[in-house]
Amino acid sequence: MRRDVQRLIFLLLPAGIFFAAFFLLPMARLFFIGGSGKTGWAAYAAILIDSHYLSSLISTLGVAAATTVATLIISGISGVFLQRHKFPGNAALVAMLTFPLAFPGVVIGFMVIMLAGRQGLIGQVTQALTGDKLVFAYTLSGLFMGYVYFSIPRTILTVMAAAEKLDPKLEEAARSLGASPWRVVLDVIIPGLKPAFISAGAICFATAVGAFGTAFTLAAKINVLPMVIYTEFTLSANIAMAAALSFVLGAVTWIVLALARTAAGSTVAAAG
Amino acid sequence: MTDIGKPLAIALQGCAKTFADGTRALEPLDLAIHAGETIVFLGPSGCGKTTTLRIIAGLEEPDAGGKVLFDGVDVTHLPIEQRNVGMVFQSYALFPNMTVAGNIGYGLKIRKTPDGQIRARVAEMLAMMQITKLADRRIDQLSGGQRQRVALARAIAVRPRALLLDEPLTALDAKLRDTLRLEIDSLLRSLGITAIYVTHDQAEAMALGDRIVVMEHGRVAQIGKPREIYQRPATRFVAEFIGTMNRLTGTTQNGVFSCRAGDLAWNEAPGHATEILFRPEDIRIAESDEASGLHGKVAAAFFLGDRTRLFVEVGEARPLVVESTARREFNHGDAVRLSIDPRGLLVL
Amino acid sequence: MKHRGLFLLQLGFTLLVSAFLIVPVILSILAGLTVNYFVGLESGLTLRWVIEVWTGYRETIFLSIGLSLACLAVTLVLGVPTAYVLAKRQTALTRAIEELLVMPVAVPGLATALALIVTYGSVSGFRTSWAFILVGHVLFTLPFMVRSVLAVLSAIDLQTLEEGAASLGAGFWSRFRDIVLPNCRAGILAGSLMVVTLSMGEFNMTWLLHTPFTKTLPVGLADAYASLRLEIGSAYTLVFFLMIMPLLLGLQAFAKPRPVKFVAEETE
Repeated sequence: MRRDVQRLIFLLLPAGIFFAAFFLLPMARLFFIGGSGKTGWAAYAAILIDSHYLSSLISTLGVAAATTVATLIISGISGVFLQRHKFPGNAALVAMLTFPLAFPGVVIGFMVIMLAGRQGLIGQVTQALTGDKLVFAYTLSGLFMGYVYFSIPRTILTVMAAAEKLDPKLEEAARSLGASPWRVVLDVIIPGLKPAFISAGAICFATAVGAFGTAFTLAAKINVLPMVIYTEFTLSANIAMAAALSFVLGAVTWIVLALARTAAGSTVAAAG
Repeated sequence: MTDIGKPLAIALQGCAKTFADGTRALEPLDLAIHAGETIVFLGPSGCGKTTTLRIIAGLEEPDAGGKVLFDGVDVTHLPIEQRNVGMVFQSYALFPNMTVAGNIGYGLKIRKTPDGQIRARVAEMLAMMQITKLADRRIDQLSGGQRQRVALARAIAVRPRALLLDEPLTALDAKLRDTLRLEIDSLLRSLGITAIYVTHDQAEAMALGDRIVVMEHGRVAQIGKPREIYQRPATRFVAEFIGTMNRLTGTTQNGVFSCRAGDLAWNEAPGHATEILFRPEDIRIAESDEASGLHGKVAAAFFLGDRTRLFVEVGEARPLVVESTARREFNHGDAVRLSIDPRGLLVL
Repeated sequence: MKHRGLFLLQLGFTLLVSAFLIVPVILSILAGLTVNYFVGLESGLTLRWVIEVWTGYRETIFLSIGLSLACLAVTLVLGVPTAYVLAKRQTALTRAIEELLVMPVAVPGLATALALIVTYGSVSGFRTSWAFILVGHVLFTLPFMVRSVLAVLSAIDLQTLEEGAASLGAGFWSRFRDIVLPNCRAGILAGSLMVVTLSMGEFNMTWLLHTPFTKTLPVGLADAYASLRLEIGSAYTLVFFLMIMPLLLGLQAFAKPRPVKFVAEETE
């Protein structure tokens, strides 16, 4: 009834005002500032025309795609395994795999340095084995490693929740019809987990596109879009270009998520 | 035991309900519910019975023009929290964040009743429903039947002006349903409260209702005492929805109804009846040497212990359902002769 | 026997993945406690670096704690009523609101921070105060609170419970206080832990939003990684671990962490 609707609107009001004032309005402003620089609205096209920006866009998308694929494979295997087999130590493994869940990007970057940096474990081991010190923390490979590290915990959680809802009877039915374990994985498990994979994959991709902390910690020279935006903003003081680029970056992430949404349809039941 | 005060008379005037999506749940309805009576809304799902109850409760407002009167006072726009009615929900709606005692006392707490009085009233309710031992249990520790008792106690504790029950027994298994039906019946009698009971179960309706309102497609099909509804249904829908109804088609001439299975003497037969209806218990299986009556063949026989339920093929679209208490055995294909008590014959 | 082999293979793989995640954590903890990491553990253990971090950076720690608690307070006030409305009315409009609220998590923090700076950067008292960072943190964490509470509210039959309370005479605010809030406690708790944890670690926006006087813990971490020796960075990281550890344990104990989802879902 009418009173009810009024009350509900009243309850939505605080969040609504906050959101409009501090997100919708600033985003609109960012959009106009993006078109107010030396090149005008052409700034929005620069990302595709200017070879410098284009190459960083390509490497950003490349790292993000690689991260998504690697994370899904790793988390898919371990997540289903941990959900299906309850053994002593299972809970401890789950705890370890989800421990880095809330690490900020900077800390992830530091973890990569601990592993693959100049004084890192990989370097020491390779030096002891081959005499050559393998150091890749400060490159795109290091960034890739960091993003995978970042994405595994949350993806495993999503996969485990989805695997919990898979009906084991479907697998039993497939096996009773003579399917080998691999066929069961291909025909039953992966289709069953597909919505969770799409949902989790979209998030992997979006974070890898937009994250900044890890790249910032590893090296200022890694040529990915967030770093370029940061450089435009602070070093070149080219606010219009920074605004245009970050608006495009936001749009790209948003489109990826929207596409995932369409692909998953309304049947997605991935939980978290 | 538990004083309720003067029972409430409720009247609905032109109450219709159209939902936001355009579906008409209830056609304009006029209804007077007498003080202290138990009235049962009976009908298949989607017939408008729950909507009517929710309009009386104050959970829905009728479309413009409709009125709800409590003792002659217009309460149409009064929300439920100000109507002082007790309500029992199909899912019980017990608060999981409170104990049994907390649930029962909640209405009194809202009314700012002093703690001592709340405790006394809760204890009284617990004793009345025989659940004193459960006072400190959490809701998820209760069985279905116990939840039902708590829900009843909670609704009654505030001394409501009327008690509204929305399919309160539907979620329970058959045996428990019988026990609780009996308990609810004696509870309503002893309280003398105006009670409105919604159900799709005709046995429940017959057992509990002083009057039954049979509903179909948002309309009232018939209002009457259980016996009237059963024996003198006003429409074919009522006749077939309540109990089992047999049907024969044929022609009437000079006080004789003729159908494929034979002739039936019926002195009071109305002019040109082409279809007659009757209950299974009005059929008697005639002794084999009797020449009169309808003849048929047993299509199926189910021995139920105290009686045998027979399906007898008489050349109609549906076989007749016959209940026989005879001690003999019936087999598929047996030829039988049937006689029908003319007092049970109906033409609609 | 084939299955046993498969089991061991998967177990081995999962152990490797766990090692990948945990070994650097252990290494950094050790590094923070080692006299000279380059030399190794033989150089001895020390609390020197931790103390150095504490004296040099404790302001950032206090600011982060204060900021995350303020962020929690704001997300509770904004988020719980929002979740209630979204649970109560499921229309195209409320679904759109839900989608919109998730945007600050989907859109890169850098973009949000830039947008805030270009819009409110000239409001000097605001720009230089920690409230400026708070705004960013609230935008980023609000969806987590909303989703968390919403998940719990959707799992109970809120409508009928409220009708039950109303039938007993409870008005709107009594119902909200006595029925709605107590029954979404689990969601509020899980959401709160998530909000505090995320606010504590937020860097993407904070790096642009902060001023030299409003440095948060992750900002301090980035400083330390960039300019100081490995041992100090490690000790600082160790302090960070110690601070978020109780939050993470709480999250694992009280509720499954609930990542915000961007893709439409039918059931929760």
